[in-house]
Amino acid sequence: MSDLHPVSGSRRDPGAPGPLLRLLKMLWADKPATCAALFLLLVVLCAVFGPMLLDAVASKQNLRGRNAPPFDLSQPWVMWLGGDQLGRPLLARIVTAASNTMAIATGAVLASMTIGTALGLAAGWSRGRLGQAIPRLADVIMSFPSLLLAVIVLYMLEPSVGNIILVLAITRIPVYLRTARAEVLEVRERMFVQAAIVMGASVPRIVFRHILPVILPTLVTIATLDFAFVMLAESALSFLGIGIQPPEVTWGLMVAQGRPYLTTAWGLSFWPGLAIILTTLSLNLLSNWMRIALDPAQRWRLETGGKKNG
Amino acid sequence: MADPLLEIRDLSVTFDTARGPVHAVKHVSWSVGPGEVLAILGESGSGKSVSSSAVLDLIDMPPGRIDSGEILFEGRNILEMSKAERRRLNGRRIAMIFQDPLSHLNPVWTVGWQVEETMVLHGTPRAEAKAETLRLLAKVGIPDPAAAAEKYPHQFSGGQRQRLMIAMALALKPDVLIADEPTTALDVTVQAQILGLLEELQKETGMALVIITHDLGVVAEIAQRVVVMSKGEIVEAGSAAEVYRNPQHPYTRRLIAAAPGKGEIRAEAEPPAPVLSLQNVSKKYGAFTALHGISYQLGEGETLAIVGESGSGKSTTARLLLRLEEASGGRALYRGRDLFAMPPKELHAMRRDIQMVFQDPTQSLNPRMTVFQLISEGWAIHPGIVEKSRWKARVAELLREVGLSEEHMHRHPHQFSGGQRQRIAIARALALEPRIIVCDEAVSALDVQVQAQVIELLARLRASHGLSYIFIAHDLPVVRDFADRVLVMQGGRIVEQGSVQQIFEAPREAYTRALLAASLDPDPEVQARRRAARKREAGAAPPSAASAPAPSHRSAPASPAARPARCGRRNPAAAPPHPPAPPPPAHRRGRRPGTRSPAAPCRPRRGSAPRSPRSRPSATAPAASA
Repeated sequence: MSDLHPVSGSRRDPGAPGPLLRLLKMLWADKPATCAALFLLLVVLCAVFGPMLLDAVASKQNLRGRNAPPFDLSQPWVMWLGGDQLGRPLLARIVTAASNTMAIATGAVLASMTIGTALGLAAGWSRGRLGQAIPRLADVIMSFPSLLLAVIVLYMLEPSVGNIILVLAITRIPVYLRTARAEVLEVRERMFVQAAIVMGASVPRIVFRHILPVILPTLVTIATLDFAFVMLAESALSFLGIGIQPPEVTWGLMVAQGRPYLTTAWGLSFWPGLAIILTTLSLNLLSNWMRIALDPAQRWRLETGGKKNG
Repeated sequence: MADPLLEIRDLSVTFDTARGPVHAVKHVSWSVGPGEVLAILGESGSGKSVSSSAVLDLIDMPPGRIDSGEILFEGRNILEMSKAERRRLNGRRIAMIFQDPLSHLNPVWTVGWQVEETMVLHGTPRAEAKAETLRLLAKVGIPDPAAAAEKYPHQFSGGQRQRLMIAMALALKPDVLIADEPTTALDVTVQAQILGLLEELQKETGMALVIITHDLGVVAEIAQRVVVMSKGEIVEAGSAAEVYRNPQHPYTRRLIAAAPGKGEIRAEAEPPAPVLSLQNVSKKYGAFTALHGISYQLGEGETLAIVGESGSGKSTTARLLLRLEEASGGRALYRGRDLFAMPPKELHAMRRDIQMVFQDPTQSLNPRMTVFQLISEGWAIHPGIVEKSRWKARVAELLREVGLSEEHMHRHPHQFSGGQRQRIAIARALALEPRIIVCDEAVSALDVQVQAQVIELLARLRASHGLSYIFIAHDLPVVRDFADRVLVMQGGRIVEQGSVQQIFEAPREAYTRALLAASLDPDPEVQARRRAARKREAGAAPPSAASAPAPSHRSAPASPAARPARCGRRNPAAAPPHPPAPPPPAHRRGRRPGTRSPAAPCRPRRGSAPRSPRSRPSATAPAASA
C-alpha cells in the first residue's frame, strides 16, 4: 500500500490538495474501508432508486417459480438469486426492501443518537437537578424489556414506518445518553475546558465546540454498531407481526418470512440476511476509518498511506 | 576504578514506527563499577532511558530492536542470555526504581506483601521475607514498619511511596540499582530526602547506582560521573565536576547555561500601584481548609511568584482568582471591583483582563482544534478585539511574537514539541490583550533549556505589553531571576513574602530556608559544600558515611574563592568555613539507618538551611506530603 499516494506532509502545505480530495486519499489508504464505502454507496443507491425502477417486477407473483433455486442463469437477471414463496424475484425484492430497511435503521439510529447525545451532554454538564434527573430517565427506559415496550406501543399505535422508528429510537436512547454523560464528566475536567472557561466561553460554546468533538467519535462508533441492532430488532418486530406489514417489505421481514422454508429453500432467508450482515460490516469498517480520519493526532496513519490502522 | 560491573558497549536501539525507523540510541557506551554513582543526563527524547531499559529487557520487541552492541554484566553479555536467565538477573542483581511510584505499586495488595513478593519470587521463604521486609521498611525510613506493611499504596505520600519502591528494589541486595528520574515527581524537600537516602544506601551496600535524570542539580548532588545524552548519542562523559566546570560539547554548555537561578536578580523598584488585591481569601472543601484567609497584592506591571510545595494552596489561589472555583470567603479587588461577587456580565468582560497559562500545554490545548482556531477563539467570544477580517493576520503576528512562524497556523497541537505548545498557549492568552497573566506551573513540565526560553519570552512580553504576572512554581531557582516579589506558601497559609532579594538572600522563615536549601544547585562544588556544611552542622557525622571512600572532588570542599562568579550571587554566609555546630537534633540522626526515630520519620533532613549561621534545626518544616 505504501507505494500508493505518498502524501505524507501534504497537510503541512495547506491549499495544495482540496479537502475532499484529501478525504478521498485518506479513504483510499484504507482498502477495507474503501470497499465498505463502495458497498454502502450501492445500498444507498438501491434504497433511493430501487422502488422506482423495480417495484413492479418485485411484486409480480409467479407461482411456477415458487422457491426457485438461485444461480439459474437461464432466467432473467432478477431471478438469479432465486424466487420467494410466491415466485417473486429475490434480487429485485432485496433491492426494493433496502429502501424501507435503510429508512427505519437510519431514522431510528439518528433519532436516538441525537436525543441521547443531547440529553447526555446536558446530564454531564449540569451539576444541578437536571444532572440527577436525566440519568434516572435512562434507568426507567432500560428497566423495560425493549421488545415489550415495542409491542405495547405498536399495539396501541398503527405499525407504520414512522411508529417503528419512534419505538426503536426510544429503546436505544439510554445507550447514547449514558455514554455521552460518562464522557462529558471526564472531558469537562480536562485543562482545555478550563482554558475555555478562563477565556470567558459560554456554556453552549464549551459544550458544542470543545466537548462534543472529543466525544463524537465514540458515539459514532456506537451508532454504527447500533445500526445492525436496529435492523435486527425491526425484523424481530416484523416476525411478531407488529412490524412492517406486507406488502411492504424489509430485509428483516424477508428473513422472517423465509424461515418456514429453510429446509427446502435456504435462499429465502439467506440473501436478505447476507445483505444485513454486509451492510453492518461495511458500517463498522467505515466507522473505524472515520474514527482515525477525524482525529488530528491519528490522521497521519492514513495520510502517510503506510501501515494499516490499529 | 575496578572492573566495571555493568558495561554497555556500542549499543544501538531502533524502534520501527509507521513513520519509519527511529534510532532511539546510537552507538552508546557507558559503564558503572561497584560503589559508583553514574548519572545519565538528558532532556526528554534524548534516549537517556533506553539503554537502561535494554539492560532490564524492558524494550518491547517489536517494534524495538537492538541493532548492535552488547551489555556486559560481570563480563557476560546479557543480550545473549535466555529469557529465564535474564529474569533471574532482574530484580536480584539489577534492580530499578521508576519516576512515578504510584503506577508501579499494585493498588490491591498491601505494600508489605509486595516487598515480600519480590523476595519470594526469587526463592526466599515467606516467613523470612516477612521479617526482612520490616527491616527494609525501617531502613528506608518508613515510620512504624509493622503497621506500614499492612497498608495499601494509596495510603502513603509520594515521597514515602518512592521509599517503598526503593525498599522493594533493595530487597534482594542488588549489585546495580537503576533509578529512572526517581525524584522528578516529588517536591524539592522530599527530593532532597530521597537523594540522601539513595546515597546513604549506596554507600552502605556498595552497590552501583545509575541515575537517569534531566536535572543538573541531581547530578551535582549525587553523581560521581556523568554521561550527557542528546538525540540518542552520548555527547559528553566525565566526572560530574569536570563536565560542569569544563563542558566540551556545545550541547552541554547550553544545558548548563540554561540552568535556572543564575542571572541577575531584578532590581528592586518602588512598589507600584496595586492592580489586584486579595483580602482574607479562604477556601474550604468540606471539612478541609485549603486556604486559611490569605491576603496579598499584585502591583501594576509586577511579577509575583507564588512558591510552595504540593498541597500548599498555591494553585487554589489561582483557580479562585479565575473563578474556576468559588471562594469560601474573602474578597479579590481588581480595579476596585470584587472579582468574587461579580455579576456574570461583568465577569465575562473581566475574563479578557486576566488570562491563564496552564502547566501542561498538552492538556490545555484542545487536540482537535488547529492553532488558528485555538488562538482566534477568544475573539469569537469577546467581539470587538479584532475584526474577523484581520484574524488571520493577527494570529500570524502573535505567532511571530511568541517565536513561532506563520505557517504553524494550520497545524494541530500534537504536531508541536512541549515548548512550542506552551508558546501557543501563551499566544492564546495574549490574544485577549490581558492585563494580568496567571502562570500555573507554566514551565514545570518543560526541559531546562526550553524552560529558560519560555521564561525569557515571558520576560520580553512583560516589558513590551506592560503585563503583570502571577507566577506559580514549586521550584525556587526558576523564579529567582524573573520575579519581583516572592510569596512562599505552606499548608494554605502565606509563610513569608518579600522581594526576590530578601527571600533569596535573607529569608526570615525557617520554611523558606528549608525550601532554598533543598533546591539543588547545578554546580557540584556548591552541592558538595552544602553537603559538607550539613554534615558539620549535624555534629558528629555518621561514621559510616565519613569512612566511605569518596572521590576527591567531593570530599574536599573547594575554597569559596574558586568559584567567585557562581558564589557571588549567594549569600556570602552560604558556605561559612566553620559554621556553628548545634547539637544534633533528634530527627537529624535519622541519617544513620536504624536510629531513625519513628516519631519524626520524614522530616526533611535538610529541613534547616545548613548554609546560614542563622539557621536552626527546623522542626516547623514537615514535608508537606510526607
